[in-house]
Amino acid sequence: MSSRRTETGGRIDRLRTIRFTFDGAPYTGHAGDTLASALLASGVTLFGRSFKYHRPRGLLAAGVEEPNALVTVLRGDVREPNIPATMVEIYDGLVAVSQNRSPSLAWDISALNQLGGKVLSAGFYYKTFMGPVIGPLKGTRFWMFCEHFIRRAAGLGRAGTAPDTSRYERMNAFCDVLVVGSGPAGLMAAKAAADQGARVILAELEARFGGSANWSGETIDDAPAADWAGRLVGQLEGNDNVRLLPRTTVWGYYDGNTLAALERVTDHKEVAARGEPRQRYWAIRAGTVVLATGSFERPLVFPGNDRPGVMLAHAAERYANEYAVLPGERTVVFTNNDSAYRSAVALKKAGAAVVAIVDVRSDVSSEMSRLASEADAELLAGHAVVATEGGKALTGLKVQRFDLTSGALSGDERSIHADCLAMSGGWSPTIHLASQAGARAEWDPGRQAFLPPQPTQRWIGAGAFTGSFSTAEAIAEGRAAGLQAAGGTASLAPLPVVEAVPGDPDPAPVFEIKAKGKSFVDFQHDVTAEDVRLAHREGFVSVEHLKRYTTLGMATDQGKSSNVPGLAIMAEALGKPIPEVGTTRFRPPYTAVSIGSLAAERFGDLKPERLTPMHDWHIENGATMYSAGLWYRPMIYGLAGETVEQAYVREAKATRESAGIVDVSTLGKIAVQGPDAAEFLDRVYTNMFSTLAVGKARYGLMLREDGLAFDDGTTWRLGEQDFLMTTTTANAGKVMQHLEYFLDVIWPELKVTVTSVTDEWAGAAIGGPKARAILAACVKGTAVDNAALPFMGIVHGEIASVPVMICRLSFSGEMAFEVYSGAGYGTRVWEALIEAGKPFGLVTYGLEALGTMRIEKGHVTGAEIDGRTTARDLHLDWMLSKKKPFIGSAMMDREGLIASDRLQLVGLVSLDNRPFNGGAHVVEELDEANPHGSIGHITACCYSPALGKYIALALVKGGKARHGTRAFVSDPLRNRFGPIEIVSNHFYDPDGSRMHG
Amino acid sequence: MLITCPYCGPRDVIEFTYQGDGNRERPQPVSQDLDAWNAYVYDRLNPAGDHNEIWQHSGGCRAHLRVVRNTVTHEILSTAFARGGHKSAGHRTEGKP
Repeated sequence: MSSRRTETGGRIDRLRTIRFTFDGAPYTGHAGDTLASALLASGVTLFGRSFKYHRPRGLLAAGVEEPNALVTVLRGDVREPNIPATMVEIYDGLVAVSQNRSPSLAWDISALNQLGGKVLSAGFYYKTFMGPVIGPLKGTRFWMFCEHFIRRAAGLGRAGTAPDTSRYERMNAFCDVLVVGSGPAGLMAAKAAADQGARVILAELEARFGGSANWSGETIDDAPAADWAGRLVGQLEGNDNVRLLPRTTVWGYYDGNTLAALERVTDHKEVAARGEPRQRYWAIRAGTVVLATGSFERPLVFPGNDRPGVMLAHAAERYANEYAVLPGERTVVFTNNDSAYRSAVALKKAGAAVVAIVDVRSDVSSEMSRLASEADAELLAGHAVVATEGGKALTGLKVQRFDLTSGALSGDERSIHADCLAMSGGWSPTIHLASQAGARAEWDPGRQAFLPPQPTQRWIGAGAFTGSFSTAEAIAEGRAAGLQAAGGTASLAPLPVVEAVPGDPDPAPVFEIKAKGKSFVDFQHDVTAEDVRLAHREGFVSVEHLKRYTTLGMATDQGKSSNVPGLAIMAEALGKPIPEVGTTRFRPPYTAVSIGSLAAERFGDLKPERLTPMHDWHIENGATMYSAGLWYRPMIYGLAGETVEQAYVREAKATRESAGIVDVSTLGKIAVQGPDAAEFLDRVYTNMFSTLAVGKARYGLMLREDGLAFDDGTTWRLGEQDFLMTTTTANAGKVMQHLEYFLDVIWPELKVTVTSVTDEWAGAAIGGPKARAILAACVKGTAVDNAALPFMGIVHGEIASVPVMICRLSFSGEMAFEVYSGAGYGTRVWEALIEAGKPFGLVTYGLEALGTMRIEKGHVTGAEIDGRTTARDLHLDWMLSKKKPFIGSAMMDREGLIASDRLQLVGLVSLDNRPFNGGAHVVEELDEANPHGSIGHITACCYSPALGKYIALALVKGGKARHGTRAFVSDPLRNRFGPIEIVSNHFYDPDGSRMHG
Repeated sequence: MLITCPYCGPRDVIEFTYQGDGNRERPQPVSQDLDAWNAYVYDRLNPAGDHNEIWQHSGGCRAHLRVVRNTVTHEILSTAFARGGHKSAGHRTEGKP
């Protein structure tokens, strides 16, 4: 491999040599090289294998749009696939490998696919594997079998499996003006806006600011354009208002002028500096955006246009001027427009022989003819390239006479020996961000390109982005855009003077040369012109369908170079003009974005953990915790060798025999206060609260507006205007929002405030026959006997010198009390209660025993108040006041909500003495082979120590009428079938004698 | 999307909770007009254009706001307290300068 590096020129640092490997072989390059330019300089022409046919591919482009030369970069165990070699800056120790080849890039066995080209046309996999409707494979899962091999044969790079240990960062940024792109237009815009005092962010996706100024070879203000750009960047760097972001791709344009950008902070470094993240995700809120994103040169579509050595004309020019690399020694230029003549001259100046300029136009301007002779090139006007030759590198090509209007070829083929073909099919403005921002692109017949639409958000376009392809226009538009964005007035000051090669910006409307052989439209997805026509013949007329069927533009490059040629070919096939065919909308992201950067620091378990004041005590005393929403609650306090069932049965049994204590600090608690608090509660709850005496509590039920049950809990009247509402643990937030909504929006006249006080109180529920005696032993300052503390009464006292509030209410069905203290004293009170309970055999119990006792009592929780049940379904209709309207009262009596065959709460008893599973179905007739006929489902189940049976709560159709009847449980997923008896949900102590004591 | 809370100033949309169509009118509590209740509970305008909405500044002051938002462009045309009497001067927080 010979060196293609020129002796002088370029914007590389020849004094710094950098060593790296590609496919295991060592290479060198210079600082300022990309992987593409360094390999090209070393004589590498073959960079990858194509997606479907495994054809050899070289560099097409020099920038972000590169479709062929995708590589995988390895860092330790971490592999990042599908990066264009043109976007990889080399550093010492870089390890890059090619993709989609086996065993090696040069000898790829799947290249045999090329022989089967006719077979592998558009839709081949759908047609062949997805659904054979006849023959021996009919109805089989043949696709499933084949998919494994197909996936391996097709595709691009392989993702790694090692965890990504890199650190990513997220930044929120605010600016008056965001300038996207740092070519002459972007630099002028940033400078003009900054000079107005605006806060400016300038984002450039490449490492080097300056865009085309780095390689155009033009002169600006008597200096090489690159030097002029460098000077401007220097001035911007010195301005405190300006933030320069190199290697930063603005990839998303969202509502409210919010833009997303990805900064590759250390991907180009051998070792990251201390504290530097790998990549930084920028969320930028911009007052105004200046879109100076430039344009992409389009390839021409002709047979063999994908051969290594065939590249975009400006890319060849850029490699020569910016990277000091000659892509070839004998170059042919093939074009439909004037811009490639400049490229020809540049290549000539850099030392390449430009053998010929093949122009599809027969009328070439005298200026272009002059440029052709300046490049010492034979001008073949009215000609087209019809074939290319060579294997892993271009060796020659064939040209023929070409008629612009008919597209017809004529005359003899002429062979030209060449190792580089620089092609230009015109230019497409990079309108992706404008399209994302919400507007539809407009076709310009002169430029033969989609131009940016009228802004729907606050952005201003400048330069090639607007279809103004000359540097002089870019400079003028850039300055105007910067001034306008910063709120300044148009400037009459003279603009920098540009000396540039002239040229007409309008190309000839030629996209394809139709000749024998594969002509590629989408290089990365191996979509040919014939595939597009095949899609048309098969009836695809919408451009959106065309895209999905052929996968044109759906590869990682998102059709940056292929969209417009593909549309043009489709339009021709449809016999319609391009604007009628339309273009697809661009979606974010503009380029691939690492998931890591989106997550940034936000990964792992992001939920806050809510711990009760007694949490540490539970842990220290052998509790097994489990999470209930954000809360952690004791499940059981297991003894050595106990199963979960043994533990909760012991805890529940001991509670019913002597006493048990449970942490109920997680219950939602809302202070409802104010002159209208009682009235408000009357409206919110289905039952009356205004009649509740101070010092008493009442169980309340809330409905939603639609009449379905919402939440339940007790509310305590602490004072005339002071209530403490408790909610279920799970619904605390929702109930709070519900109350706030009604107070703020519906009934602003009510003088009530609601305050969440869940975290202010620690709560312990102590229940069982000995509970009162335990309290009496440790409570000071109040009696706790039946007279002082009747059912649903509230007293204030002290435990261990801590003020406490005690309410006698019961969830377990035993005589029980809830003891509330300030959260900070929760453990002190808890420990005092435990100590006082020791002589009485007090046990601590967890959620499992709590659940067991509530199932035995038939109380409802969120499992039954599931958003589909009504108060009647749950046998809570006794709570529906008829004396007043309340939320849900108007809707709760609708026909469907009072039907007799609704799912209603019942109890189930296992008749085969085996446990139930939550979610199991209830059926009238058992059919294990073909389970069907569900009449309901189990909501909660347990072993009941009080009954000595496995029991469950269930919602069953017309449940109340089924009491005493038999049915079956049918749980095919867990293979549990068996007979049951349907009973009342009140299994245990139905008349409540135990709790009333 | 930014919503200008009259208390807290312009804040990111993630601080807010959408609380539904602001055009709904709740019937009198004693009303037995099921059609009116049905319209209140279930009917939503869902226009393509300016829409009167209720948002709660749930990650901030918890006030409910009446927000006029264009559902096509997401432009916020005005924000005010949902509770009467504190109407803020229709802050325009989005759209062309």
